[in-house]
Amino acid sequence: MKSYLASRFVVLRDQERCIQCRVCVRQCGYDVHACDQEAGDVYSSDDRCVGCHRCVVFCPTQALSVRENPLSYRANANWRPEAIEDVLRQAETGGVLLTGMGNDKPYRIYWDHLVLNASQVTNPSIDPLREPMELTTFLGAKPEAVTLDPETGALGTQMPPQVPVDVPILFSAMSFGSISLPAQESLARAAAEAGTLFNTGEGGLHRSLYPFAGNAIVQVASGRFGVDPEYLQAGRMVEIKIGQGAKPGIGGHLPGEKVSAEVAATRMIPIGTDALSPAPHHDIYSIEDLRQLIYALKEATQYSKPVGVKIAAVHNVAAIASGIVRAGADYIAIDGLRGSTGAAPKVMRDHVGIPIELALAAVDTRLRQEGIRHCVSLIAAGGIRNSADVLKAIALGADAVYIATAALVALGCRVCQMCYAGKCSWGIATQNPYLTRRINPAIGARRLANLLRGWSHEIQEMLGGMGINALESLRGNRLHLRAVGLSDSEMRVLGVRPAGE
Amino acid sequence: MSDHHLPSSELDQEIDAHGVYYRDLNARIRQAVERRPCQRLVLRHVCGQRYIGTGLRSRVRIEIHGTPGNDLGAFMDGPTIVVHGNAQDGSGNTMNSGEIIVHGRAGDITGYAMRGGRIFVRDGVGYRAGIHMKEYGERRPVLVIGGTAQPFLGEYMAGGVVLLLGLNLQASEPHRTVHVGTGMHGGVIYVRGAIEDWQLGREVGRAELEEEDWVLVAQLVHDFAGHFGGDPEAILSAPFVKLFPLYLRPYGNLYAY
Repeated sequence: MKSYLASRFVVLRDQERCIQCRVCVRQCGYDVHACDQEAGDVYSSDDRCVGCHRCVVFCPTQALSVRENPLSYRANANWRPEAIEDVLRQAETGGVLLTGMGNDKPYRIYWDHLVLNASQVTNPSIDPLREPMELTTFLGAKPEAVTLDPETGALGTQMPPQVPVDVPILFSAMSFGSISLPAQESLARAAAEAGTLFNTGEGGLHRSLYPFAGNAIVQVASGRFGVDPEYLQAGRMVEIKIGQGAKPGIGGHLPGEKVSAEVAATRMIPIGTDALSPAPHHDIYSIEDLRQLIYALKEATQYSKPVGVKIAAVHNVAAIASGIVRAGADYIAIDGLRGSTGAAPKVMRDHVGIPIELALAAVDTRLRQEGIRHCVSLIAAGGIRNSADVLKAIALGADAVYIATAALVALGCRVCQMCYAGKCSWGIATQNPYLTRRINPAIGARRLANLLRGWSHEIQEMLGGMGINALESLRGNRLHLRAVGLSDSEMRVLGVRPAGE
Repeated sequence: MSDHHLPSSELDQEIDAHGVYYRDLNARIRQAVERRPCQRLVLRHVCGQRYIGTGLRSRVRIEIHGTPGNDLGAFMDGPTIVVHGNAQDGSGNTMNSGEIIVHGRAGDITGYAMRGGRIFVRDGVGYRAGIHMKEYGERRPVLVIGGTAQPFLGEYMAGGVVLLLGLNLQASEPHRTVHVGTGMHGGVIYVRGAIEDWQLGREVGRAELEEEDWVLVAQLVHDFAGHFGGDPEAILSAPFVKLFPLYLRPYGNLYAY
């Protein structure tokens, strides 16, 4: 069928600068650039371009640029170009629209309406370059109270398993399958270097990454891919995946094309079959059933490591989180409306769930009201872009945050939202060995560790400015936040006062 | 009927589970298996304790007298568990290898996501038995059910073998299960006795057994009879049908790219 869709991008090639070296031809995973065999000229097919800039960055003579197609529709506040193009795409395929990465719609980003405090005159600020500044965070359930031996001062309380991280920033779940092995190895190496954790996602742990298992959160999802006793024993923490911010309430399909020999071996399924994760875990239809799986995993790991639960932020998130605490989870990861994905129906990604800022505040408030906040650590996910977002999340009540998009951007990702196509020119969201080879895990890890290092310094600076020398003192301390331009009801949910008050 | 009466030796151990909390019981089982060489562990007066054998990596043989609780042998890697009684829900959940033999009935999601080992159930099973079983390389899980099953047998099945014998049905009485193999995209289900098309999921095809199917089914039926008694030839003389996934990728056409 003839497609009625115009190309989204226009590739601009400066013929004066182009030396026909064909780097662009080799770099593009979408075959935008090609070489005329007879004339020897390199030319471009705009309609295939996804705007990922791989060719632009690697062109040795800066001959390339990519613009959004300036094609104008008749102005219409209702029938915007995206609405028209979505209809055309479905009229031509009859399919569910797929997309990648996080929600790109202009929902309010609450981080941008929250501002942090600083010390002036009445309390001294702290210089983190010359004074101790504690960012270490212990993940896991905390006891109601601790007892100390009066003679020796030794801890008398049997502590639940605790996992310390040097920075409160963890790499969120991205499976081998949704991303390439070199991309996952980059995350694993960076986590080991920075003293934090990465999350395997639901695709198992590749043999080559077992040396990094001490920095791994191993995920157990409804498809149970790659889950065996060795995997559970190897991980530092175990995470039951109930939901994902990009697609609350639905499962996942890793298409057969992405199930390469290595992916198959890690997931323990035949090569080329679809890896279907059902929407529910079929052993969990209630909070009581969740408790059963949590304790099955604790039994299988002899109560030696935290077992957490990841959920998508939905309307009743506070009550659900309360249930999860009572089910015995050691941590809860909450993934908000802007959480990312390797593939999800666009309609789910863009319309289901609630923003992480509101969900996090609601959960923290509810757990405090019920006197059970200490029973779990909270990890906030979905839309953390910089160190200020991290600190605001912690002030709203998070123990730590998950980042995924930010980590992939550090590896080159331009958030082109085409992860599901498996053609990623940056070698991230693909299993094509020609493309995956372009990530060197040592360099990838360097980029990621650099990011965490930069954010850590910024967090220390901001904490010092507030006169705080330990992250623990900011946790859930919403007096250090003020709201700008929010309604009374939004501020009530966030538990934050307006700026100036 | 004789294989669970092995001669006792110093490698045998026994635990009286009467009134023992599941966590304490499982700690004792783990201790018994890991601290000393133990070939055979007999648990008496088991009454609903969960997670027996869960995550256990050993070649031990565990004999359970009574009714074990949910998630029997979950994530298990190697042991043989013999239940003299009924099993509850989630037996063999995500099991890796080993064997579970139930001299009675097993509950819902028996064999959920199992990727290796074998489960033999003398009587029937509950809902969604064999759901999401999968296989890889030489790991091919097997679930043999002597009776019939409740709905959604083999749902989302991605690999492995389910054998449904229907020995508790009257002649020509159809199986009770419906929605068999819904979402199935791998593995095979053999059914002895009558099952109508309307009882099958849309993703499921039906075929006669071929030579290699008969070899496998005959072997499993002999093993079944070895555990529970009965005449394997008589069992094999009834009609069988083979159910298989029509599509490796049942949802491949669902999306717009």
